Amino acid sequence: MADTESNSAASRTFRLAVVNAGISDPSSTKLLADRVAQAVSDLATRRGHRVQVRTIDLRELLPELSGALASGLLGPKFTAAVDALREADGVIASTPVYKAGPSGLFDSFFQVLDNDLLIAKPIALAATAGTARHALVVDEQMRSLFAYLRALSVPTSVFASTEDWQDKSLGSRIDRAAFELLLLMESGFERDVRGESWRRYQHEYGSAGGSELTIDLDTDLMRLATGGSLKPTGSTIEGIDED
Amino acid sequence: MQFGIFSVSDITRDPVTGTTPSEAERIDAVVRMAVKAEEAGLDVFAIGEHHNPPFFSSSPTTLLAHIAALTTRLIVTTSTTLITTNDPVRIAEEYAMLQHLSKGRMDLMLGRGNTAPVYPWFGQDIRQGLPLALEHYNLLHRLWREDVVDWEGHFRTPLQGFTSTPRPLDDVPPFVWHGSIRTPEIAEQAAYYGDGFFANHIFWPKEHTQRMVEFYRQRFEHHGHGTAKQAIVGLGGQTYIAKNSQDAHEEFRPYFNEAPVYGNGPTMEQFTEMTPLTVGSPQEVIDKTLGFRDYVGDYQRQLFLVDHAGLPLDAVLDQIDLLGSEVVPVLRREFASLRDPEVPDAPTHAGLVKAKYGDAQPRQPRPNANRGDNVTGGSPYQDSEAVARSPFGEELG
Repeated sequence: MADTESNSAASRTFRLAVVNAGISDPSSTKLLADRVAQAVSDLATRRGHRVQVRTIDLRELLPELSGALASGLLGPKFTAAVDALREADGVIASTPVYKAGPSGLFDSFFQVLDNDLLIAKPIALAATAGTARHALVVDEQMRSLFAYLRALSVPTSVFASTEDWQDKSLGSRIDRAAFELLLLMESGFERDVRGESWRRYQHEYGSAGGSELTIDLDTDLMRLATGGSLKPTGSTIEGIDED
Repeated sequence: MQFGIFSVSDITRDPVTGTTPSEAERIDAVVRMAVKAEEAGLDVFAIGEHHNPPFFSSSPTTLLAHIAALTTRLIVTTSTTLITTNDPVRIAEEYAMLQHLSKGRMDLMLGRGNTAPVYPWFGQDIRQGLPLALEHYNLLHRLWREDVVDWEGHFRTPLQGFTSTPRPLDDVPPFVWHGSIRTPEIAEQAAYYGDGFFANHIFWPKEHTQRMVEFYRQRFEHHGHGTAKQAIVGLGGQTYIAKNSQDAHEEFRPYFNEAPVYGNGPTMEQFTEMTPLTVGSPQEVIDKTLGFRDYVGDYQRQLFLVDHAGLPLDAVLDQIDLLGSEVVPVLRREFASLRDPEVPDAPTHAGLVKAKYGDAQPRQPRPNANRGDNVTGGSPYQDSEAVARSPFGEELG
């Protein structure tokens, strides 16, 4: 489905979701995300591919965030963001650092998502801050969030404090992260994990952004639902006692 | 099609007056709501079950028996009865008793309960909630259909030669609805037994309800109880009605904004857009409710939540009047005209008796004499086949 506009079998069109939690306009956090996205796009072009970018400005979701946090109810913009993430071949996630951590908006957004939405999805992590002293926020806080979500974070973290914007080494980090992200997108890692190993991850009915709709009738619980009995006390119940 | 109201039995501060009703006031109020529901021409009253403040309904069968005694036509039911933390033996006994006292004007809806601390109070564990619910219902189903049950399972102590009393009225078990939001196993169990499936339908967007109902319908057909469209489906809903839409919005907004569960979250406009909640004129409620049929098909029971979030009794009684006078008569007519002729009505005791016995007399179990040790021996009823049993319940060669 990603190959609709490709010229040859090797040329592909990748979908890239670019999430940023920048608040001001213009926002350096959004600028950083866009620079990574541009780098991915340029690299892809050089390698004979195309990239479709979908930008998710989390700021625009603020009016829907309270409902999502309070009752799990996703409004239309939230739903569109989930759709974009689900369909993306790769993700760039960028946040400002506030009070020595990712912004509350950024964390809240990812906390609301289904646990299995981002499984095996390649993601490049970026953060901006007013001081270089926050440089480890990406590695120490953002990585653990995406590890929980079982996304595949690229090795290079992109961090930009105020002084970094004048330092060309920021550009080289951006290029490195972009290249790593593109390689993972090209590799088909996510597709193969989802295609061949999806059942080994925990899912709820209707999860993964509404796409997880398979129902396995061949389980201990389904047998119990249809008048069967469980194994004797002390034994484990498949799907409940084991993960 | 049946229409009614359901309450979760919350005792909530009225955000407009600042007053919290006492337990005594709220219990009286709920009884008046139920009686009003019958007077207004509604068919069903349902009460939830909770075992912690700020709720009062720990003993639904006591309340419902009282309501049944005050009414003549109303069907009393639950929303829901906890199949996890209740002993299925006690559910079998209590609801059979309610069935006798209400002369069959009852059914029940089973749910798991999602309040984690309640489980250990009753010796259970919420992490086992789903297998617990499934196993308990398998037992409950047998207790109402077999005079003498031998049973052994994963969770409850075994039963040997147990008879649940009284036997169901006319030896026809109460009809059971299984309530679930997104658990396919519960829909599968409802389908397997040919029971009803009820979608709470309050907090989730309609896609969740649509998927679960569709799965239940497919499985109902698979298990041989009829075609998919003949499966028995109930829906929750939530309304606040005023003669004109603007008044409804103004009156309900302070209650919505501080409502338990979704209060201080989405705006009322977002919530009405994304969920079945309707705040508006009778016509708006009619239009939205008729739309439910578009995604679940013809269904048998529609219950409305009208009394939560601290709404005072007078307002709730007005809501019931408006439902009964301006909304439900139109819904009855419209749903009936749209309905596929092969779709059955909601099950009633009279209908189930007819299905089981035709024109014959229903069975009326009469116990055998007390053997002297307060039990009746192997065959508890005069019309059951004598089965020789040892005192420990095993059948003897």
